[in-house]
Amino acid sequence: MKHYHLKSCIPLVIALVGLLWIPGCKPKGTQSAVSGNAASKVYVAPGKYDEFYNFVSGGFSGQMSVYGLPSGRLFRVIPVFSVDPEKGWGYSEETKPMLNTSHGFVPWDDLHHIALSVTGSEHDGRWAFGNANNTPRIARIDLKTFRTAEIIEIPNSAGNHSSPFITENSEYVVAGTRFSVPLGDKLDVPINTYKENFKGTVSFIGVDKTSGDMSIAFQILLPGINFDLARAGKGRSAGWFFFSCYNSEKANTLLEVNASQKDKDFIMAVNWKKAEAYAKAGKGVKKAVTYAHNKYDDAKHSATSTMMNEVLMLDPKDCPDMVYFMPCPKSPHGCDTDPTGEYIVGSGKLAAVIPVFSFAKIEAAIAAKNYDGEYDGIPVLKYEAVLHGEVKKPGLGPLHTEFDDKGNAYTSFFVSSEIVKWNVKTLEVIDRVPTYYSIGHLCVPGGPTKKPWGKYVIAYNKITKDRYLPTGPELTQSAQIYDISGEKMKLLLDFPTIGEPHYAEAIPADLIMKNSRKIFKIEENKNPYAALGDNNAKVERKGNEIHVYMTSIRSHFTPDNIEGVKLGETVYFHVTNLEQDWDVPHGFAVKGANNAELLIMPGETQTLKWTPEKVGVYPMYCTDFCSALHQEMQGYIRVSPGGANVPLTFSTGKTAPAATEKKDTTAKPN
Amino acid sequence: MKQKLSVASRILVAFSSGALIAVFFLPAWRIDLFAPQYPEGLTMNIWINGLSGDVDIINGLNHYIGMKHITVDMFPEFKFLPFVVGFYMLLGLLVAVTGKRKFLFIYLVLTAIGGLLAMLDFYRWGYNYGHNLDPKAAIQVPGLSYQPPLIGHKRILNFDSYSFPDAGGWIVIGAAILAFGVWFAEWYHHHKLEKKQK
Repeated sequence: MKHYHLKSCIPLVIALVGLLWIPGCKPKGTQSAVSGNAASKVYVAPGKYDEFYNFVSGGFSGQMSVYGLPSGRLFRVIPVFSVDPEKGWGYSEETKPMLNTSHGFVPWDDLHHIALSVTGSEHDGRWAFGNANNTPRIARIDLKTFRTAEIIEIPNSAGNHSSPFITENSEYVVAGTRFSVPLGDKLDVPINTYKENFKGTVSFIGVDKTSGDMSIAFQILLPGINFDLARAGKGRSAGWFFFSCYNSEKANTLLEVNASQKDKDFIMAVNWKKAEAYAKAGKGVKKAVTYAHNKYDDAKHSATSTMMNEVLMLDPKDCPDMVYFMPCPKSPHGCDTDPTGEYIVGSGKLAAVIPVFSFAKIEAAIAAKNYDGEYDGIPVLKYEAVLHGEVKKPGLGPLHTEFDDKGNAYTSFFVSSEIVKWNVKTLEVIDRVPTYYSIGHLCVPGGPTKKPWGKYVIAYNKITKDRYLPTGPELTQSAQIYDISGEKMKLLLDFPTIGEPHYAEAIPADLIMKNSRKIFKIEENKNPYAALGDNNAKVERKGNEIHVYMTSIRSHFTPDNIEGVKLGETVYFHVTNLEQDWDVPHGFAVKGANNAELLIMPGETQTLKWTPEKVGVYPMYCTDFCSALHQEMQGYIRVSPGGANVPLTFSTGKTAPAATEKKDTTAKPN
Repeated sequence: MKQKLSVASRILVAFSSGALIAVFFLPAWRIDLFAPQYPEGLTMNIWINGLSGDVDIINGLNHYIGMKHITVDMFPEFKFLPFVVGFYMLLGLLVAVTGKRKFLFIYLVLTAIGGLLAMLDFYRWGYNYGHNLDPKAAIQVPGLSYQPPLIGHKRILNFDSYSFPDAGGWIVIGAAILAFGVWFAEWYHHHKLEKKQK
């Protein structure tokens, strides 16, 4: 039997081996996609500057990265929601409060979307906002320092995905909850009571015109559905905000099936000017909540975290004409407004068409009360009444749309892995190019504004497979830049990215580089632990804490020999970088520290907390190659047993510290 | 030779000495340092009464080679130089008001001596700074001194250093040339007259 079986297999094996020799039975390779002069279009000669800054979300890295375009060179990773031991972010005493939340210190998050500040719906180069998808928060990055200046937590939210999109004059950034959740006092409920007990909210976070400080202006209480993405109107529609919503089925399990049942979900239109007026008129109800508001002070070089306990909630029931739903095919994801503000593009992830809505028609439908019923008490506008038209057969899995300055739209297609260019007015497809592979978001410089520069479109891809040298199971994500100056899109360059890029924005370099800060002025340093000059360096004992007021300047620390620390005491190294010269940070690290290093910019003070656990002499050194004698920038700190009689002394440049006993607790320099 | 200067000459001398006021508002001299790490350059501006520019950064770098810290109060010159310039301005005005040829001559001689002394003093300080080094300095190159160039360019370790008059200095030089020019014009004019009279 066995023998017979084997024998009968032989011809089959031969046939299969033969098949291997059949050539050309594969789709064409990707190499053919690049034309001859692509390299010269992305080549930025050494020492020359890129034309655009590209602010790219780091996705699950929790950070924001900064690239140059068209070269694709990485300049900086700005730590935002995740700790960054390299920069001491979340490890230094000064930065720890930035990651504080109502859940305590949260060392990681998932940053999905970027919103650059705008004035008159045009980039003004002041701030970049980013959302935390997991523990709902919004961060503001100051584009003078390229650092996170503020983080505000969003209460009554779970999964802050529909965020931080921005209104025409940066009046508000928004935060729509991706998960609906039980709110208020009734939090401990069975999950299968979703339909009764779960609610959604969108929050409008006010941004101060001059300082950029954020505060939650109001929240809108909404049905228990999922909010996905959003865009503010522009021009005539500037007073409106549009949010894509899915799971109008209100499923609480197996959403991939259960939330894909209905033919249409919604795009929600919020008249935020009206909502603002309702909030001012006292139509809202104050709800007790807990959320953290964290701010970094560039003079004190330290952050404070304040717990807030109230939020203003607007209920559409009490606020007529504030919220409308527009039917949109199949779980819409992207929701993008064109540069004129007249057209709103919804992208149903599973839809065969791209619906484009007209703001003029929305206004008319609202005026005529042209409704298709209600959804949880909120009027649903008739699809046909608000529709400008549908892009037919665009591709598979449309996600996001950006715009150029010539009336064209560029939509990303995850499933068919391509970018499709189409005309916003005529809805005709003009061109399509493959992406490698499975594009998510895409970015045209100035694409979400009234004034796109329309030179490039950049694809942010989820899968890279064979695009780069393999690096084991985990591969890099990538971006691809295409020239869109002509009728046809042309692939120019691939470049790897950090984390997983989601949304990104690009802005002309000259809007930002002229404001970029070089140093912090030492005379403006208001950190209470700063030592403003070598002569002010000192070591103090306060109870069982040792405070080292240390200075660093090329190429020494003052003090660099410290004795008298006892086991059981906690040492705080407050290191002030006295340099006043651009690009001369100093680092600080001490052996055995259970946290990270400090990286201190010129004129700045940062603090490392260290609790030694063994007796001994510990080395400490500068970690940033600061000068020719960087390697000499080092010192020692001696830790004695708990009951030891070693007096607290410190010195720099003295070979024999006089170990005289001192009565007072403040150490004296030798 | 006639004892009185022409009106034009007197106006020019007045203008020339008046122009010296510029050094109260503009730096007289500048030293620029360029290195691979400082492509944008470091500048020290020398005024008649002080220093400005990247003095602190330059001091920070100089400590490696054991150069003394440059501070304003080390230079007594900064205290009396404003008076010296004031004296020259008054003298120039005196020349213009009196129109006396002899005064112009004295003014020119003093200008030449003053300029020479200033450069000598500058050289002396440069020498002093470049040679009197801390014997415990981190970087010691046997036989190498770090004296900045008196004027022009000099390579010092990784730095290209340039020493040139700054805006105020150029105005002083221009004013001096003008004063000497006046003298020459007067002389030339006089010479021609004498020839004609012969």
